[in-house]
Amino acid sequence: MVEARLVQGNEACALGAIAAGATFYAGYPITPSTEIAEQMSALYPKKDGKFIQMEDEIASIGAIIGASCAGAKAFTATSGPGFSLMQELIGYAAMTEVPIVIVDVMRAGPSTGLPTLSSQGDIQQARWGTHGDHSIIALAPASVEETYLMTIDAFNFAEKYRTPVILLLDEIIGHLKERFLITPDMMPPIINRQKPQAGQEFVPYKNTQELIPALPDFGEGSRYHVTGLTHNEQGFYSSKPEIVESFINRINAKIEDNSEEIFRCNGYNVEDCEVLLIAYGSISRSAEEAMNNLRREGINVGLLRPQTIWPLNEALIGDACCGKKAVIIPEMNLGQYAREIERCAPDDVPVVSLPKVDGTMIFPSEIEELVREVLK
Amino acid sequence: MAEKYSIRLGGTGGQGIIKGAMVLAEAAIIDGKNATQTQVYGPESRGGATKAEVNISNERILFPLVSSPNIVLCLSIGAWQTFTKDMPPGSTLILDSSLENGPALPEGVTVYRFPMIKMAYEDLGNILSTNIVAVGVLNGLMKLVSSDAAERSIAIGFKKTFVDGNIKAYELGYQAAREYLQAAK
Amino acid sequence: MREVYQKIFRDNLPHIWCAGCGNGIVMSAFARAYDKLGLDKDKTVGVSGIGCSSRITGYLDLNTLHTAHGRALPFATGVKMTRPEFAVFVFMGDGDCAAIGGNHFIHACRRNMDMTAIIINNYIYGMTGGQFSPLTPFGSKASTAPYGSVDRNFDICSLAIGAGATFVARGDVYHTKQLEKLIIEAHEHKGFSVIEVLSTCPISYGRRNKMPKPMDLMNYIKDVTIAKERADKMTAEEIAGKIVTGVLHQSAAVEYNEAYMAMVEKLEVGKNG
Repeated sequence: MVEARLVQGNEACALGAIAAGATFYAGYPITPSTEIAEQMSALYPKKDGKFIQMEDEIASIGAIIGASCAGAKAFTATSGPGFSLMQELIGYAAMTEVPIVIVDVMRAGPSTGLPTLSSQGDIQQARWGTHGDHSIIALAPASVEETYLMTIDAFNFAEKYRTPVILLLDEIIGHLKERFLITPDMMPPIINRQKPQAGQEFVPYKNTQELIPALPDFGEGSRYHVTGLTHNEQGFYSSKPEIVESFINRINAKIEDNSEEIFRCNGYNVEDCEVLLIAYGSISRSAEEAMNNLRREGINVGLLRPQTIWPLNEALIGDACCGKKAVIIPEMNLGQYAREIERCAPDDVPVVSLPKVDGTMIFPSEIEELVREVLK
Repeated sequence: MAEKYSIRLGGTGGQGIIKGAMVLAEAAIIDGKNATQTQVYGPESRGGATKAEVNISNERILFPLVSSPNIVLCLSIGAWQTFTKDMPPGSTLILDSSLENGPALPEGVTVYRFPMIKMAYEDLGNILSTNIVAVGVLNGLMKLVSSDAAERSIAIGFKKTFVDGNIKAYELGYQAAREYLQAAK
Repeated sequence: MREVYQKIFRDNLPHIWCAGCGNGIVMSAFARAYDKLGLDKDKTVGVSGIGCSSRITGYLDLNTLHTAHGRALPFATGVKMTRPEFAVFVFMGDGDCAAIGGNHFIHACRRNMDMTAIIINNYIYGMTGGQFSPLTPFGSKASTAPYGSVDRNFDICSLAIGAGATFVARGDVYHTKQLEKLIIEAHEHKGFSVIEVLSTCPISYGRRNKMPKPMDLMNYIKDVTIAKERADKMTAEEIAGKIVTGVLHQSAAVEYNEAYMAMVEKLEVGKNG
């Protein structure tokens, strides 16, 4: 029988990756993500997987893209400074539509910042860190169990949509140890990349209605060219405006058009509340506790907790904000997600940012105080 | 037990504070409760005052850190100086008997003193067991987890060769606390 | 010969390179060597960085990865580790490999993963119009060194040997038979093999350095190079100013994937025994 255990967030991420079928890890040590590398170095040699410690984060993401082309589900883990270094090749993976997962355990920045303290400062970097118009999937779990399950989701999304997926842990979730029990009924099905159909002509970047071309592994016989240059359906460089435009539109639309499926969230008293909190990652736990405390006082507060950070389901968020006295977004940055919520919310709803950037977690009391203030 | 216990273990880097907190949290989970365990990271965890914290509850634990501790246990003067300021009235402080001249304590705090370092060093001949003696004392006084769960947690948390020694350390601390409470009755 | 090329090239020629460029010569030498090696195209991966020479992968009918500037070797590392049975060839330019990719290069040499790196050294960043690279000879002119470069250049072969590469050779685009042979030997070597290929860029390098015609650079390469077998019999004075070509270094060291699998096996034995 499987029993509950005390497990760390980073460890749950490592276990989740294995459960997702990932067999390749390349990384460079960086606090507070290092436990993931340590776990993979211990687990993979015993589980038919490959672990390699590269010379830097650029090499790490390069290696996982190569591994993914060769057929492995591959991932890396890093934190702020390393995430910054990876940006160019995140764009490469988006451009070439190679499935990879990048775990970013967020720490306070910019630059070296506070290596051991938490932050949610990479929310916009995850969206727009690499240059050019691209779409991206980013997820933010709020517990150790959810870290395990959403690591599997991350690989599933990467494989299904042929895209880099960023799993945004924050230092608190990455380092938190708590009760962990995954039962079979909690497990998402495992999704693998769509392979070309035997007997049919293989066109590497075919623009079909589904928007997601089939992806053969190197070695399976469908030899093709992978390039970060803008390419035509055959995979070769093209600067023809109509080809460029349809390609860029496709790699954006394949994610944005599916935002309803990809955007996942939990709601608590969302519809009937006066004040709505929107919070993600570790801070959603402070928000939920604040909500519970306030409701005990008779203050009607609700919580929307996005598990998917990108793409946004703008309609869903807009509807959730509708008619509220205020929408409050507590987050460990200077309002990176609040800005997005403000964009989605109706004009007559005040969207209030509760930012914190001192390296300490937002306490429930801080949220409670602000709710009381906006209701005055 | 009350709905939520928030415990802080403080000491000097190298005293096994984090391991002690993990043993306690894992034991609570074995008992079917929820627990979270967090700690200070960085250079200060090797020397200097360091802390590890545990929340135990029958309910889901949302805010995972300790904001207002019910119980603080200190194995060093640095920890006493640093980690007792926010103790609320009605909370419990467990100090190692060797510690003297610490700061004044917040009002309404119950204080216990046990020679945990000495017990590990003299009775067990292994100063490295101090953390688990401390877990035994803490649990003997506060009854946070079942002793059965504590011992199973030790068996999970340590390499085979160290399990028996640490179970002994736990029992030593636990008995000392129980005897103290009996005598005080 | 035409048949060989038809087998290995895709049908997207002509290539983009200028008249007098050495890249096509390297590509055809590779094609002939590849044909002689008799490898399975499905199980071969060509990886390249960014620059003129890195366009080679676009023309080869293999599994090909045209990566980012300087990053070909990390990608190749991921491919080779996932599928150690694949033959992996990496094409890089001088700036690509020695400047932006320099760190990856020395670590690839150190790891000794079984693949072949072909560095096409035309002494210049050709695609961006002729800036100096770490392999541009000291004193040469470039668009960013209009008065002659004051940057000392690497000897990339010495760098590779120092970093632990177990097969290091130098060839050039004048001696194409030798180049073909070196590519075969490099592939057959177990471990990380490096070939520096001295090449020509009449447009961006030659014109600035008093060798404006394609043949000027060819003649320069012909005159400056000397085969190792001959060089070994000559005095230091006689070799001064020459560039030695051929297999410069070969040694045996544990290959990365074999070391990894040996570790895995040891764990298996520990588990079962």
